[in-house]
Amino acid sequence: MAVNRNFRTCPSTGLVYHEPAEKLIRWNAVAGVVSLLVGGVLALLVTLTRWPAVKLLPPDWFYLALTAHGLDMLVFWIIFFEIAVLYFAASTLLKCRLATPKVAWAAFWLMIVGALMNNFAVFKGDSSVMFTSYVPMGAHPLFYLGLILFAVGALIAVFVFFGTLVVGKAEKTYNGSVPLVTFGAITAAIIATFTIAAGAIILIPTFLWSVGLVSHIDSLMYRTVWWGFGHSSQQINVAAHVSVWYAIAAIVFGAKPMSEKVSRMAFVLYILFLQLASAHHLLADPGLTSNWKIFNTSYAMYLAVLASMVHGLTVPGAIEVAQREKGFNKGFFEWLRKAPWGNPCFSGMFISLVGFGFLGGISGVMMGTEQLNLIIHNTIYVPGHFHATVVVGTTLAFMALTYFLIPTLFRRELMFPGMAKWQPYVYGLGMCAFSVFMMGAGTLGVPRRHWDMAFSGAILPHEFPGTAYLMMGIMAVSGIAAVVGGAMYLLITVGSVFFGRKIETPGFKRVPVREGMAPPPAPVAVAPAGHGAIGLGGFVAPGTFVLAMIFLVSFVLYYFVNWKYLSTVWPMN
Amino acid sequence: MTAIHSPAQRVWWKQPLDRVEGTWIVIAFVWCLVMFFMMPYWHIYGKQNLSNEAYRTTPEAYVAKTQAMVDKYTVRTATEQNIPVVHPVPGSDVYLIARLWNFWPILELEEGQTYKLHIMSTDWLHGFSLQPENINVQIHPGYEHVMTITPTKEGTYSIICNEYCGINHHTMASKLYVVKPKKS
Ligand code: HEM
Ligand SMILES: [Cu+2]
Ligand SMILES: [Cu+2]
Repeated sequence: MAVNRNFRTCPSTGLVYHEPAEKLIRWNAVAGVVSLLVGGVLALLVTLTRWPAVKLLPPDWFYLALTAHGLDMLVFWIIFFEIAVLYFAASTLLKCRLATPKVAWAAFWLMIVGALMNNFAVFKGDSSVMFTSYVPMGAHPLFYLGLILFAVGALIAVFVFFGTLVVGKAEKTYNGSVPLVTFGAITAAIIATFTIAAGAIILIPTFLWSVGLVSHIDSLMYRTVWWGFGHSSQQINVAAHVSVWYAIAAIVFGAKPMSEKVSRMAFVLYILFLQLASAHHLLADPGLTSNWKIFNTSYAMYLAVLASMVHGLTVPGAIEVAQREKGFNKGFFEWLRKAPWGNPCFSGMFISLVGFGFLGGISGVMMGTEQLNLIIHNTIYVPGHFHATVVVGTTLAFMALTYFLIPTLFRRELMFPGMAKWQPYVYGLGMCAFSVFMMGAGTLGVPRRHWDMAFSGAILPHEFPGTAYLMMGIMAVSGIAAVVGGAMYLLITVGSVFFGRKIETPGFKRVPVREGMAPPPAPVAVAPAGHGAIGLGGFVAPGTFVLAMIFLVSFVLYYFVNWKYLSTVWPMN
Repeated sequence: MTAIHSPAQRVWWKQPLDRVEGTWIVIAFVWCLVMFFMMPYWHIYGKQNLSNEAYRTTPEAYVAKTQAMVDKYTVRTATEQNIPVVHPVPGSDVYLIARLWNFWPILELEEGQTYKLHIMSTDWLHGFSLQPENINVQIHPGYEHVMTITPTKEGTYSIICNEYCGINHHTMASKLYVVKPKKS
């Protein structure tokens, strides 16, 4: 069997691309960006409807648009892009040919068919069940079938990723251990394997139920298994975007991980402890014991939270060390002030990191506490939290990475570089404000997934305080700012990829390689050592440490403020 | 080497921890432990814990129990729909049905008294969101959830559905009245 081994070396980054892998990375990324476009238009419609002063769509269209927004964003955009990241982390970073490109294409097309089928079912109008599709509310069978096909495709892609790792090992394309970013990608892929299995366990019977072959699906069982899938899939995102943070720190600063051991251990904690974290979606459900809830939320979650707190320190820490070694060694924050804030790759990554930690992380842990969940469950606080994690965190990190990929992967110059400079700020800060005001409205009780907070047509409407309306209004305005930021991203990426000036390098060519790549350089036999004479008071990254302490203090305060608030509501047990 | 290259040292796991990382890991770990112990602590010393008491039952059986309570304790009706307002005796079992798209009946409780509130859906998932207290509980069909509640202050409260339940989700709202205990 002839194996395609055409490689090219990117002249500006030195990265090595395997021809079929390169094509697959591009196509998966493009499919992701198209989903982002559709999801973004829907985001605007949904936001304008939740703006009480505008209330754009009628209820049926609102729930339809919300269902489609959730799916196109959270499932299709994120997962297509993640598959691109996986192929990049395995093939490009290991300088290795992609295992079975034909199978990878089959996976891609399955995912496309699944995504189209699912969107078709939603836009047909009889599947406005939200992306969670809780039974006993039923959708059209194609809704579930589309999701199943997509999941199967994604699973196959994950196996192609694992296959590529095996090829790399067997053909000795790298020396020693895999790079940290690849390690993070492996974490994401392992979690994905379990997650997709849970998804299949719940979606296949639901599909059979929707066509009448299964008579009853228990709603509590559904929520339990569904969140085994729904939550763990968020851990794929976390593992993926943390890997992207490390990658960008390496690309922009040449930053080395502070210590490989700590960062890798933190990834392992994700694998070990995030699987069971579905429990915190069920804290307000009947019929599950507190012991089960506490065990699952704490054992499963807090060690994973610990892992995120570690990454949150080591990524900026690595940047700080790299900057200090370059000479920006004055005081606590010279390294940060002198960072390339005009480079969207860096600014996007940094806003992603800070926003994810401060907004998404703290609110998530608070919500995931058994009793505190009572004052949060199903309020609009919840989408406030996850727009901080999955949009500021994951989406913005992926956007930042795109600015690096356009020249090296698509070999096009970035169009509108001036706009690109601003894009992460408009999108990231808009989204941060959006999340904060959503959370604010949530603490006042405004429900999520709700067409009208004024309850028009209700016999006994509830009247929310004026502040709640104000918050929803500011939320909507910030959301529109974020939509503008998203449009800038789409304009820049689509423009560059199709119309950007081609980067031509004299002498550029693909090199067929028969026996694997040229052997990688042997690792230097240096004795493991700490960092040099940088930093303050024995701390190599004192600035990062200060930031971490600010984070911790905010966390502690916010956490206990919520307990205080809980103690004032009606006693119950 | 950087995070996108293989570690330069084969034995990377022997590199000593930087002080920044070591210190942070200890602090973060302690904080995670604190958060962990807050949950059992609140079960013992806190007053707001979601009950675990739930029974599997059928809509028919649950509606029958609710109807019995309504027959016994209705004090008046409200709105054009004549929704019964029930004023059960303190300490008793109080039933609330959630269904597309209303709550039934309307409850009137006494301030400072404790009740066993049963909630269940007879069709899809619904939400129990008590405003402006902002207590939020999921309501499942087929699971009768029993919680002990103690209203602390008289007033008119709202119960709104905050689990998406179809096209009229936004009309699913009701009242809960808390009144001063009757002098006996
Ligand atoms: C400019 C960007 C965005 C805006 C303005 C926006 C706005 C909104 C709004 C207003 C809601 C409705 C909340 C509710 O009524 O319950 C919503 C829901 C949601 N959004 Fe976004 N969004 C944006 C981007 C994203 C992205 C990038 C993702 C995922 C990666 C995402 C995932 C979701 C999900 C999963 C839901 C929940 C749907 C549901 O409740 O079923 N959003 N968004
Ligand atoms: Cu409802
Ligand atoms: Cu509802």
